[in-house]
Amino acid sequence: MINLEIPEKQTELVDQAHQLAVHMLRPISRTYDRAEHDYPHELDTLAALIDAISETGVTGGAGASGVRRDASPADAASDAGTVRNGAHLASVLSVAEMCWGDIALLLSMPRQGLGNSAIASLANEEQRERYRGTWAAMAITEPGVGSDSAGITTTAVKDGDHYVINGEKIYVTSGDRADSVVVWATLDRELGRAAIKSFLVRKDNPGLTVERLEHKLGIRASDTAAITFTDCRVPAEDLLGSAEIDTTAGFAGAMVTFDNTRPLVAAMAVGCARASLDLTRDLLEQAGVVIDYDRPAQVQSAAAAKFIQLEADWEGTQLLMMQAAWMADNRRPNSLEASMAKAKAGRVGSDVTLSCVQLCGTLGYSEVELLEKWARDSKILDIFEGTQQIQQLIVARRILGLTSAELK
Amino acid sequence: MYPGATSAGVFDLTPTEDEQMLMDAVTELAAELVRPAAAAADAACAAPVEVLEAAREIGLPGLGVSDALGGIMAERSAMAGTLVTEALAHGDMGIAVAALAPGAVATALALWGTEAQQQTYLPAFIGDSGKVPVAALTLSEPSVLFDPFTPATTAVRDGDGFVLDGVKSAVVRGAEAELFVIGAMLDGREALFLVESGTDGLEVEADPSMGLRAAGLARLHLTGVRIAADALLGDTEGVAYTECVRLSRLAWCALAVGTGQAVLDYVKDYVNERQAFGEPISHRQSVAFMVADIAIELQAMRLLTWKAASRAARGADFAREVGLARQLCAERGMRIGLDGVQLLGGHGFVKEHPVERWYRDLRAVGLMEGAVLV
Repeated sequence: MINLEIPEKQTELVDQAHQLAVHMLRPISRTYDRAEHDYPHELDTLAALIDAISETGVTGGAGASGVRRDASPADAASDAGTVRNGAHLASVLSVAEMCWGDIALLLSMPRQGLGNSAIASLANEEQRERYRGTWAAMAITEPGVGSDSAGITTTAVKDGDHYVINGEKIYVTSGDRADSVVVWATLDRELGRAAIKSFLVRKDNPGLTVERLEHKLGIRASDTAAITFTDCRVPAEDLLGSAEIDTTAGFAGAMVTFDNTRPLVAAMAVGCARASLDLTRDLLEQAGVVIDYDRPAQVQSAAAAKFIQLEADWEGTQLLMMQAAWMADNRRPNSLEASMAKAKAGRVGSDVTLSCVQLCGTLGYSEVELLEKWARDSKILDIFEGTQQIQQLIVARRILGLTSAELK
Repeated sequence: MYPGATSAGVFDLTPTEDEQMLMDAVTELAAELVRPAAAAADAACAAPVEVLEAAREIGLPGLGVSDALGGIMAERSAMAGTLVTEALAHGDMGIAVAALAPGAVATALALWGTEAQQQTYLPAFIGDSGKVPVAALTLSEPSVLFDPFTPATTAVRDGDGFVLDGVKSAVVRGAEAELFVIGAMLDGREALFLVESGTDGLEVEADPSMGLRAAGLARLHLTGVRIAADALLGDTEGVAYTECVRLSRLAWCALAVGTGQAVLDYVKDYVNERQAFGEPISHRQSVAFMVADIAIELQAMRLLTWKAASRAARGADFAREVGLARQLCAERGMRIGLDGVQLLGGHGFVKEHPVERWYRDLRAVGLMEGAVLV
């Protein structure tokens, strides 16, 4: 039966995440935006709290945790024919709430790194047990390789029971603070995508050096590192997934991580944009602007009409995000829907946060309010984990039935 | 923080079995009868009788009427109505509006009519024999910045009854209509009135417009139209009227989604077949990304429309959701119509292809009030 509300069994989680955002993230949001690169030590307490919530709840945690696509046969049998609202939906809803608080602090949450998503998606049973409790960053981008992630130049060469990794990675979120990094490297540059593998590298590995931290437009509370790997020896058992170079499987193994993380990035935009809308609405109403959903927008004030337009786009984005998560919960392939959600969320995140600054004038532009910060933070969401243009490519190829050779 | 209410149910995008059966039947009707008839109906400013008859046979006029009142569904459902409207519009928006207009009046009678009003009028809409009366729900007026909550048409108490004066516009199949539901101001509040076409003081004037031509749009002039006390449909506090505006906007959203899907399905085949510079134009990002954006925005429109519909079907407040759905469907729907023509280039501008008609029809979504209802 068609129903697009937040399910009741997940409202407690959503409320908890919202309370954390209100009481623990918002109060320190401006502080760490100004003090870029300072470690937000308050997050240690919060991470412990979230660990406790995750253990008691039905949820996948309140942070950017990974969620596995497969499930045990017993699980599959027990809910045959029923509709599931599970960990994927819980994750996007709680991430949105936390990002209503602060995107950068959510990204800085200990043990909730993007590398943890990769571990959840790719690691075998034994590895997941061994990596329990690690805080894993994700290192894919290189100085010369961005969206074309199949073209990475970092190499991994087998040497006995180790791999030796050499290369340079940039834009590693939590690259300084995390205690491990999931690195993409190629076993054989001649063999293209199939030869790209993920390796978990401990930060104390002497072959790994954090070279610098970036100074950024937004999400300044999140550290973004450049990391070099120089004859970095990694035990063979830290290769995630299969060591086989299966050219028929193509890129799917590595890319499955993105199917999981794209709805989460959409959730970040949903949360940040909602924060802008909530505050803007308060400020507009204090100024006497009335927003009426029944009267035609064009007979209301221009500010009210603009607000309704922004909120409509926001609501559509939230539902695309929920759709992508719902499909994953019900084990339906969702890479099209995940990319649709991220594409829409990326542009709506920018449009909403920038328009809210405009509506609020110098009040919105000033550091007195957080509106200007959200307008800076949101920009990254249309870039990382696949830019707007990459999402459009994915959607277009799927809708039009074209290969990557046909639609370049 | 989320203004939407939560629900005890699960988030789900799967129609019920009954809804799916209805959608399948209507999808077939849309593909086999409606689409092939669309161009001629547009030119003739009238929907073909055999298509309207086929719509009657599958029970569309009675869709909004519960089976206790003789309808086809166990309970009336705005969700089923939305899905059916979307499916029918995939064939053609103008014909869909023509086919659904009598059902809008039947639904209004079922929702807000007194027992006497229902007994007088409803059997004709849902009976198996004979043809369904042509009827029109009319809220719009031909004025700039029209706001359905402040109509210029007035109802003044006169003895036991009322006297109506004003001009209504976008009256579907106005020339043939036997029964009108008319929105007017009574004592400073909006109200609905039942007016039969033979009543003195009514004058119908054809009003062909940019699109929706198959719906036979007309203006209805009301000059001192005297009606009895029992012609009032619903309350005098504006409650029925407000719900009527919202349910009607929901139907227009569904029409936009169905038409938008028609555009997407058409252009994706076209851009894959049309060659330029030695390859299909779909191999160019500037073309392919327009198609991707149509698909993305269309799905956002659909989900928002479904959310409003499912809330309406559950009896939850849906004012905010339908307001947002209307905004998105008007704005993004028009963009889809615009891009649909652009993707076909010169071929999109001529009537050999349906995209110019969809362009004209989609302009209606943001400005129409009334006419259809789910």
